[in-house]
Amino acid sequence: MINFFEVKETNDMIQKENLDVRTITLGLSLLDCIDSDLSKLTAKIYDKICTRAQRLVSVGKEIERELGIPIVNKRISLTPISLIGSSAAKSPEDFCQIALSMDKAAKSVGVNFIGGFTALASKGTARADQLLMESIPMSMSETDRVCASAVLGSTRTGINMDAVRFMGQIIKETAEKTREQDSLGCAKLVVLCNAPDDNPFMAGAFHGVTESDAVINVGVSGPGVVKTAISKVRGESFEILCETIKRTAFKVTRVGQLVANKAAAMLGVPFGIVDLSLAPTPAIGDSVAEILKEIGVEEVGAPGTTAALALLNDQVKKGGVMASSYVGGLSGAFIPVSEDQGMIDSVEAGALTIEKLEAMTCVCSVGLDMIAIPGDTPESSISGIIADEMAIGMVNQKTTAVRIIPVIGKGVGESVEFGGLLGHAPIMKVNPFSCSAFTKRNGRIPAPIHSFKN
Amino acid sequence: MNRTIITVVGKDRVGIIAKVCTYLASNNVNILDITQTIIQGLFNMMMVVDIKDSPKPFDDIAKELSQIGDEIGVVIRCQREDIFDAMHRI
Repeated sequence: MINFFEVKETNDMIQKENLDVRTITLGLSLLDCIDSDLSKLTAKIYDKICTRAQRLVSVGKEIERELGIPIVNKRISLTPISLIGSSAAKSPEDFCQIALSMDKAAKSVGVNFIGGFTALASKGTARADQLLMESIPMSMSETDRVCASAVLGSTRTGINMDAVRFMGQIIKETAEKTREQDSLGCAKLVVLCNAPDDNPFMAGAFHGVTESDAVINVGVSGPGVVKTAISKVRGESFEILCETIKRTAFKVTRVGQLVANKAAAMLGVPFGIVDLSLAPTPAIGDSVAEILKEIGVEEVGAPGTTAALALLNDQVKKGGVMASSYVGGLSGAFIPVSEDQGMIDSVEAGALTIEKLEAMTCVCSVGLDMIAIPGDTPESSISGIIADEMAIGMVNQKTTAVRIIPVIGKGVGESVEFGGLLGHAPIMKVNPFSCSAFTKRNGRIPAPIHSFKN
Repeated sequence: MNRTIITVVGKDRVGIIAKVCTYLASNNVNILDITQTIIQGLFNMMMVVDIKDSPKPFDDIAKELSQIGDEIGVVIRCQREDIFDAMHRI
């Protein structure tokens, strides 16, 4: 029988160390909603979401009550809308209509974000992908809960530099369109390389076409739990440090698996994957940066940070994989700046730069995330930052992403407040030298030699 | 069997166990195990109970126990045993 100390350990994790399940995400296929008539299409999308996701939030709350663990977000991911809307939507305004129906449905069922307003352009940009990307500034400014993404490259296809160049422009336009809210639209917009079909985390979640009609994916969290566990082995060898992280990750992930199984059974939807993640929040003690400091770097960005992060990321996976029957999504430590108080502190201390963050993204999931940059950063520099990150993903056969916010009207030394889980961020310096001659080139960067495995 | 873990944490005083046990008995909840200790001056109790024969659903029992906790100045939480099994048993 369960003993007193086991109960106390679990409850201390929940109450004192911010252990939670970060998200239950219901993936929904919209392939059966496709119609050539826009109004019929938007009505079908709205109806399908409202019918299939009707009980998602109440089931999530019931599990929270029964297990005594917070489930922070209940979310929905949809089949990439560039596919669903390709027949009906003939203009960016038409795609915006689809975003509006997604937003209305999300509000109706009570989820806080809905993902899948996505263009799949990793090799070439289809007309629908182009129109959807063009509609992003408008769609992000007119909706509250819709998350947009664009897949711009992969190890197998190379990098679609035409789309990279275009998304630099779109990110800037989105920032302008939402300037009244400190360019918040860009916090709901991400570009990806090697995007997974089953990611439960926003803003990059979409329900890939390889998936079944509906699926439950769960993202776990728990940086505070890992931090507390390793603080008890301060000064010990790497072996003991790694074992401690693995054991902790195992326990955290088992809870995610339990929640996923329960949610799947209660909703009558198959269980998909558990995403093994360390996802921070702005709450004190819920920080990946604090783990890195506990491992032994004075501030994030100090020499040794990348190695410490590589170690952390790998142990989280090793512990987590054993705890779940199916693992997927992004799976790894997230290093968003605005959503992690320790990261913010390190930027403000002058220890952490975009260049160091880029190096860190080579060894963890996912990429340059929630980074505020000056509003006057040229589009070409944003495209260059995206290209660099896509190249890291392409060459290392991993998912990488860029969610960067050029805050219109603000510069280095100022900060921006997004509120809630999105947090606040100091504006970070961007390298002032130009790459416009590079990003102006047309076409795509070919797939790397090691992608030819057949 | 429908096992639930009840935890009680708070300042020690006379009658905490009596109060909780009276409630459980009157709602036909069977107690399987009780552990109690003082940690850093705080009263800590854990009970393993079976609620399958209770006429009340889990949510009601959890809510009413929490109210009893408020009355006597302790925190009472109910959780399904599943979460502890998942975390601590392979």
